[in-house]
Amino acid sequence: MIKSKIFFSFIAIEIIVIAFLYTDANHTIAARNAEVQSKRELVRKLSLTDFAVFTEARYTRHPSQADTFSAFQDFPSSMDHFPAGSIVGPQRGNN
Amino acid sequence: MFIYSIIVATLTSLLFLTQSLKKEAMDVFIEAPELIVQRMSAGRHDLIPVGYAEKILSIPGVSSVEPRYWGYYYDNLTGGNYTLIARNIDALHMVKGTLPKGPGECAIGKGVADVRLTDLNDVLFLSINPQQKVSLKVVGIFTADSAILTNDLVVMDKNDLVNFFALPKDMATDLIVHVSNASEVPTIAMKIRRDYPDTRPITRSEIVRTYENVFNWRGGMALTMFIGPLLAFAIFAWDKATGMSAGERQEIGILKAIGWETTDVLKLKFWEGMAISLTSFLTGSILAYIHVFYFGAALFAPVLKGWSVLFPPFNPIPYIDLYQIFVIFFLTVIPYLASTIIPSWKAAVTDPDTVMRS
Repeated sequence: MIKSKIFFSFIAIEIIVIAFLYTDANHTIAARNAEVQSKRELVRKLSLTDFAVFTEARYTRHPSQADTFSAFQDFPSSMDHFPAGSIVGPQRGNN
Repeated sequence: MFIYSIIVATLTSLLFLTQSLKKEAMDVFIEAPELIVQRMSAGRHDLIPVGYAEKILSIPGVSSVEPRYWGYYYDNLTGGNYTLIARNIDALHMVKGTLPKGPGECAIGKGVADVRLTDLNDVLFLSINPQQKVSLKVVGIFTADSAILTNDLVVMDKNDLVNFFALPKDMATDLIVHVSNASEVPTIAMKIRRDYPDTRPITRSEIVRTYENVFNWRGGMALTMFIGPLLAFAIFAWDKATGMSAGERQEIGILKAIGWETTDVLKLKFWEGMAISLTSFLTGSILAYIHVFYFGAALFAPVLKGWSVLFPPFNPIPYIDLYQIFVIFFLTVIPYLASTIIPSWKAAVTDPDTVMRS
């Protein structure tokens, strides 16, 4: 088989896989809609404001509730010493 | 081509993960409280007197004000931080068991249950000091698919929480303000700030905006991780652009010597670069999808976990933004094409004899 045929076959297979994954994505979004609704119920009934992803410091656990300088307020000129502080940027636009 | 595919896969994984988390935040936090009022003291979030609620309730447009009791607990046993919340609600879909119906009961997140090796009907003992301690019967455990919201939660009765944290009787952590007309929220926030200058109102739109910023691919979390693979790609493309091998130069010289025009050589190099970059782009995108949506972005977990003891397993919903796919395409394919064509053009416009001898 000449190399161009191998190349075009490979590209064709990849396009078919991508089409399958795209269909799978749409199907998963529809299938998990009930989960999203349940999460909304959780947020509404428990009055939640943030994702429980980074639990190491209060300004990473509740970025929407922390003030912009809380990373540095433990003592004057203290450094932000939690690794998640470099991933969760300070919020903007709040008071 | 292998390295190229891996770089595309890393960049695309990051975009898939942040886009998915951002969309999920937008979807679920539209149910977050319309307005939260915190009290600030010496630049820090402080307890708020419940008495503030009466004056806030008298502001036109406010339908009700509810004190919220919550706090953090550092668990010496496991080194984890828990979020303790007092809420009295009937039922929730994402709980195995029930919610606390009174003092002495609690519902806990999957992460807390796992690190404390606790199951339903077991006892969860929390202690700050000999005076501040509480034993709670676990009546409910939040399901694993809710972990992104509930992993570190301990939901308990209000009296248990107030006694445990030794909160003064007339104080709450913050106040939730319910507003009849959503368009009035900014005005009401402004009036609260005017009446109580020591408060900080946080609106729902600010909560949503925070997550837009945190999971924006051009800042915060994404930028930190995005910059590494992007620099790796820049070095990779630069290396290619600056150093054509002697073999490649000789090949161009021979093609020119047998009568190929410069444009023919450039066309050949363009299609050669296109074949490599298209294959790598498609392979990288497929790998990224599998990594993020089938394996829960497992390779990123150590970076994201940081020092957290409680870290929820990621099971992102595949929300895919075509705009971001185009961004990756233009950030990787176009520079690669440019870096292959420019040195080829340089070689192609030189005399074939010189090129072959060099």
